[in-house]
Amino acid sequence: MTFAQLSLSLIFVAIPLGLTLWLKLGLEKDIIIATVRSIVQLLIIGYILTFVFEADHPVYIVLMIMLMIGAATQNVIKKGSGIPGITWMVFFTLIAVESLSMLILLGFGIIPDEPEQIIPISGMIIGNCMVLSLLFLNKFKDEVERSDETIELILSMGGKPEIAIRKSLRSAIQTSMIPTIEGQKTMGLVQLPGMMSGLIIGGADPIEAVMYQLLILFLILNNAAMASVMVGYMAYPKLFNKKLQFVGLKYD
Amino acid sequence: MNIIEFNNVSHGGILHNITGHFRESRITTFVGPSGAGKTTCLKHINGLLSPDAGEIYYRGENLENIDIIELRKEIGMAFQSSPMIAGTVFDNLSLPREIFGDTLSKERAKRLLEMVDLDAIPLNQNIKSLSGGERSRISIARTFVNRPKVLLLDEITSSLDYTLVKEIERLIVRLQREEKVTVIWITHDLDQARRVSDDMWFLRSGELIEFGDASFIDETENNEIRQFTRGEAL
Repeated sequence: MTFAQLSLSLIFVAIPLGLTLWLKLGLEKDIIIATVRSIVQLLIIGYILTFVFEADHPVYIVLMIMLMIGAATQNVIKKGSGIPGITWMVFFTLIAVESLSMLILLGFGIIPDEPEQIIPISGMIIGNCMVLSLLFLNKFKDEVERSDETIELILSMGGKPEIAIRKSLRSAIQTSMIPTIEGQKTMGLVQLPGMMSGLIIGGADPIEAVMYQLLILFLILNNAAMASVMVGYMAYPKLFNKKLQFVGLKYD
Repeated sequence: MNIIEFNNVSHGGILHNITGHFRESRITTFVGPSGAGKTTCLKHINGLLSPDAGEIYYRGENLENIDIIELRKEIGMAFQSSPMIAGTVFDNLSLPREIFGDTLSKERAKRLLEMVDLDAIPLNQNIKSLSGGERSRISIARTFVNRPKVLLLDEITSSLDYTLVKEIERLIVRLQREEKVTVIWITHDLDQARRVSDDMWFLRSGELIEFGDASFIDETENNEIRQFTRGEAL
């Protein structure tokens, strides 16, 4: 694709812009900001990736991954407000999931250790973990606020915090994992997944594209489980103190 | 004999220098206007909250030195909204055992239902199908699973109609006589407090204004309490 062809694709931005002006939806500013930001961010990333791929040095790969983890953590922090130390919990979770995934992928030779493979797959792992952590924290905080009386009831009977929080924690983990599992059930039937479509457009053999997509699906499933379980089990003790009392979410 | 004693207890700007005691095997009610700190005070008794200053003694021992789990097994609490877990009547009755990986026998569960006059309700009935009054009684029965020495009741009749209120009152008084438990009961209903109390605590704005034999509520010279008993705003 040339830059001229890409410029023509801005017609797809002009249509919603026209609609929002016509219907006075008040979204024109957001559409313009979103378009400009996506162009600038993706072009910058494109040039950075070109540099990293050409340099082909582990330090740049690690730096790139850390940058992605930092940005993803930053995104999740806001949703975790009320839980002290959530930044480090999310940061640690992302590092753990990424490290384990890469250990398996590279250790068993499932993917070659080339930046062209490692960085895009890491991006998908980290991105999915970020979304899953957001989903989990949203649901978990909601559950904790709704079940505070049941939590105190169990504590009042002599139950330990892990017992008192068990139902809320399980429910939040289930809720955050279900969309991933359900999405995988209809994969390929309703829509062709993004990565597979991208590979096919790029000229790859459809079967090879399917195999890569399956790999990503399995990784996403693992991300969903690990991210919600890790964030959940690190976060819940912060809702209690040493005297086995429920202190709840703490907003400034 | 005093079973629980508060010594200069303060908590988070809600309770201020509370000093008072509860007699064993008596019913003590907490009365006072909204925002007096009654629930906060009650939660201190089984360690759901701790004082910022002062001490609480249970059978002469500072609560800080008592194993909190053992204390909570001895001091049962029924909450205002009668919170229930999803499941059956039996699931809810066996909760105090289940949290310790233990089981409650069906026979004991049936006896507990009989105790609160709910023997007509099957153990496998879904808790959601019960009325507010039935849930209140299940909540009370549940506090007896661990055979508590002290029973804390937080406005357990506030959402019930008059007939049920009287039933629950009779039930608590009967259980207190039979099981010899110490009952500490928050109520916003002064007539209820008069009917059931041996002793009374009158709290206002986090301060214990007066406590002792319940007769003080009608005999006191304290203007605040007299205003309250006349139904005037404090």
